Amino acid sequence: MGADTFPTAFLFLVAGCILPLLPRGLPRAALLIAVPVIAAGQVLAVPAGGHLESELFGFTLQLMRVDALSRVFALIFCIAAFLGNLYAWHVRDPVQQTAALLYAGSAIGAVFAGDLVTLFIYWEGTALASVFLIWARRTPGAFHTGMRYLAIQIGSGVLLLAGVILLHRETQSIAFDRMTLGSLATWLIFIAFGIKCAFPLLHNWLQDSYPAATVTGTVILSAFTTKLAVYSLARGFPGTEILIYIGTLMTIFPIFFAEIENDLRRVLAYSLNNQLGFMVVGIGIGTEMALNGTVSHAFAHILYKALLFMSVGAVLFRTGTSKASELGGLYRTMPLTALCCVIGAASISAFPLFSGFVTKSLILHEVEVAHMTVIWLGLVFASAGVLSHSGIKVPYFAFFAHDSGRRPAEAPPHMLLAMGLTAFLCVFIGVHPGPLYELLPYPVHYDAYTVPHVVGQLELLLFAMLAFCVLMRTGIHPPEVRAVNLDFDWTYRRFIPSILTRVLDAAAGASDVATGWLRSRGRSFADHLYHSRGPENLLGRSWPTGSMALFIVGVLVWVLIITFLSGL
Amino acid sequence: MAAGAAEHVSRTLADHLPILVVLAPFVAAPVAVVIGNRNAARTLAVLATVISLVASWLLLRQVVGGGYISYPIGGWPPPIGIEYRIDAANAFVLLLISAIGTVFLPYAFRSLDHEIPWRNHTLVYCCYLLCLSGLLGIVATGDGFNVFVFLEISSLSTYILVSQGCYRDKRALTAAYDYLIMGTIGAVFFVIGLGMLYMMTGTLNMADLADRIAAQGPNRTLLAAFAFIVVGVSLKVAIFPLHMWLPYAYSHAPSAVTVFLSATATKASIYVLLRFLFSVFQPEFVVATLTPQAVLLPLAIAAMVVMSFVAVFQTDLKRMLAYSSLAHVGYLLLGVALMNVDGLSATIIHLFNHGITKALLFMGAGALVLRVGSTFYDDIAGLGRSMPVMSAAMVIGGLSLVGVPGTAGFVSKWLLVQASFERGWTFAAVLVVASTLLTVVNMWRVFEVLYIRSPNPGSQRQSQPLTSAGGPAGRIADTTGDAPLMMLVPIWILAIACIWFGIDTGLTLGSAQVAAESLLSGSLGMADGAI
Repeated sequence: MGADTFPTAFLFLVAGCILPLLPRGLPRAALLIAVPVIAAGQVLAVPAGGHLESELFGFTLQLMRVDALSRVFALIFCIAAFLGNLYAWHVRDPVQQTAALLYAGSAIGAVFAGDLVTLFIYWEGTALASVFLIWARRTPGAFHTGMRYLAIQIGSGVLLLAGVILLHRETQSIAFDRMTLGSLATWLIFIAFGIKCAFPLLHNWLQDSYPAATVTGTVILSAFTTKLAVYSLARGFPGTEILIYIGTLMTIFPIFFAEIENDLRRVLAYSLNNQLGFMVVGIGIGTEMALNGTVSHAFAHILYKALLFMSVGAVLFRTGTSKASELGGLYRTMPLTALCCVIGAASISAFPLFSGFVTKSLILHEVEVAHMTVIWLGLVFASAGVLSHSGIKVPYFAFFAHDSGRRPAEAPPHMLLAMGLTAFLCVFIGVHPGPLYELLPYPVHYDAYTVPHVVGQLELLLFAMLAFCVLMRTGIHPPEVRAVNLDFDWTYRRFIPSILTRVLDAAAGASDVATGWLRSRGRSFADHLYHSRGPENLLGRSWPTGSMALFIVGVLVWVLIITFLSGL
Repeated sequence: MAAGAAEHVSRTLADHLPILVVLAPFVAAPVAVVIGNRNAARTLAVLATVISLVASWLLLRQVVGGGYISYPIGGWPPPIGIEYRIDAANAFVLLLISAIGTVFLPYAFRSLDHEIPWRNHTLVYCCYLLCLSGLLGIVATGDGFNVFVFLEISSLSTYILVSQGCYRDKRALTAAYDYLIMGTIGAVFFVIGLGMLYMMTGTLNMADLADRIAAQGPNRTLLAAFAFIVVGVSLKVAIFPLHMWLPYAYSHAPSAVTVFLSATATKASIYVLLRFLFSVFQPEFVVATLTPQAVLLPLAIAAMVVMSFVAVFQTDLKRMLAYSSLAHVGYLLLGVALMNVDGLSATIIHLFNHGITKALLFMGAGALVLRVGSTFYDDIAGLGRSMPVMSAAMVIGGLSLVGVPGTAGFVSKWLLVQASFERGWTFAAVLVVASTLLTVVNMWRVFEVLYIRSPNPGSQRQSQPLTSAGGPAGRIADTTGDAPLMMLVPIWILAIACIWFGIDTGLTLGSAQVAAESLLSGSLGMADGAI
């Protein structure tokens, strides 16, 4: 079978089905890391173009649409799956292992989908597979979080499906190509993408669910769902202006939540949201360079975000907590993990020589070129914020700060290996961006390492660090305390339900009154009807049957009136 | 085989297929009673049902390309004699009914053993055969009064079958009584309407009726007849708000009986509705009476939404499924109300798809009854893990009920949504999707109960086989492990069918479209068009 006759996604899906049949331990873990490697080879080998069309319900589904955009996303998904599975080498839970494979497979399948129906199928596939990574924690809290996550993800899928149906009505086509906002159909699809992309006010599932997953599950989760949404937006809505504003908002508002959040994995979830904002801005601008920026930023982002989640995960794995207030001083016994965390933090903060620097600047440069000053200022502010909450806060409170007295062992070797590889990639991309630029959809004529750019970035970063130091010294920095921070999800988890309960109570009361009235009217009507036969006794005994008969009369009268008045 | 040429022509068995479908179970029923042996009754039931299945398959093959077969009973040419008229629409429904009967029987053996005392079994199988022949007769006949006769045959035997649930649950008796009263009122309405038609036209043959109604033009009596027939049949279909008998009957009847009824009885009634709307009164007449917009549409939507809501709050699996059946009647009716080819195809194909899906789910419920003696959510909690093979099939059934792509339920819902758009009724399409979401809630609750909730030892009742009532206890009382093979095989046949007909829509969609087109083109009348 040639490389172009077998959908890459099926590699994962088939492996996911075989996995439970293999003996526990080494064979399963080996399969988990072998599949992404084979898949990556195939992704690189398969020629561009549309392959593998299949017929379903009169639609032609295109299972493999290979071009530069889908190839680069599929490749990074393969890499993320490999690193995530390597990190999870110690896991012996077949549920998590199978879910990880199916999840990665669905995400890659969605990226290669040439039509919206295939996209929808894989879209739901990612939702269904990923929820098991949350449930795998097997606590009641994780179960409920998983249910909320699933409801939102499936909801996104349903909106997508509704949009696809409407779009097909309008255009007679299910091709997944560039769309323009305007009709209900495209808006529905847009919102479906937006939910998965964690647009502001649609974002809470992310911060809710990612920190609730297992140690390894979070690493896997962080790679696929949101980046799939970024891919879909880049494919479907490049150059849609509203995305610029949405994206800017997205970069800014999570900063405040991240600053005051205590759970480091939740901090990282907020900063993930913030990084997505940069990509969304790039899509909104829609020029070739901006799209390049989005794609490369997604590529780099998956790596450094995975690295950060891995290092915090390793801490959680060893100490059993990821709360900033309970950690500190771990660099003494976990130096390598600390080093990896710092590399990840430097990458996300876009220090020169790290991956974030060479990718984010593509987007910022385009914003600058387009003279969108306000947006540019917003993004720069957000960049400083990233440094503060992810670049400094996460490594500082976990590994340095005040000594918590904990002396956990260094992370296990496979975790270190996974983190080391990821850290290497982060630095490699930062130092030598050429190979990544080669992969991008459009040719890149950009050099990040110019003096003004490097100096400007360093100024920004150093001043942000200075601000952090001053805040810490003066004690103004929000202290790390155990607290629950209310986010927008409070409105739909507490506020709206409480209102709804009241409305429903009122409605129930009203309907009681109404049915009571109907019942009494019906009773008096029946009394009247059966007056001569001593109705009281009869009615009391067989009211249900009698009411059924009354309904029949009602319907008959209705039909008679309608037909008689119809003018025939 | 037109009127003139019907005398003294030598006929082969193939020419007698239209009557054979109905006659096989009809003759087998009294024979079973005369022999009076339970095993003989079972054998006869299987034999007769399989004959019907083969015959209806052969019939469908003949008419699936269009056209119809006319069969004059006793060689008396219509309209004087009774005519059986088979076209794609009724051949398809015949196939559904006889196929469900065939799959249902092996399942029923085990389930009925468990739920009904053995001394009643001969009569129960006799009632089943009568019910089957009645349903097949309703569908096969081309004579208005004959419809009424078969309707009564099937209904009367159904009342008895439902009442047999009283050995498990005494409320079955009230349910059967309610059903009896309601069914009788429906039948009376139907026959009143038919009487009015006869008064106006002097004929009972459907095709002849169509000709004469068209020649006569509309008048008050015809309109009244129309109203009586629509309401009478609607009651049998269990259209909201004429549905009250159904949840009781379905949830208290013996599990196997519910399986059979849910997949066939309301479907045959829907067929009668279609036949009278489109082949006796013509489509143009029906449209002119405003019934589709002003009666069928609101009732369909109310059924879809209200019944789905009601189903959400149920705590008994069988009852929930019964209410969901009512919601699906709404879908069927919406397809009719649309009055276009796609809508009608959706109705006809949904007859089939919902039939197999719901039969599958009720079979699963019956298997649960065999294990724990009830289908309350509290009692069946956690059984998905101890009955994995059966529960996996129920999951497939649940997905098909929701209409997940790749299952049978998707095909018909998709078609229905498309038809709604074609008609310009976007709100109807939206409501179909919205009520589908409610179905998701329903089925999710079932999955959660079966798989995620832990078994509830306090409330879990052990199954009580009917030892005192005549069955040997030793053979039935295996109350652990998966469902018995005799149940698993039919369950899985239906589960595979749910997926098969979700992917290969050639047979179902093909027949449904031919049927819809021929129905919408109105009656062919008495003119010679038989093949």
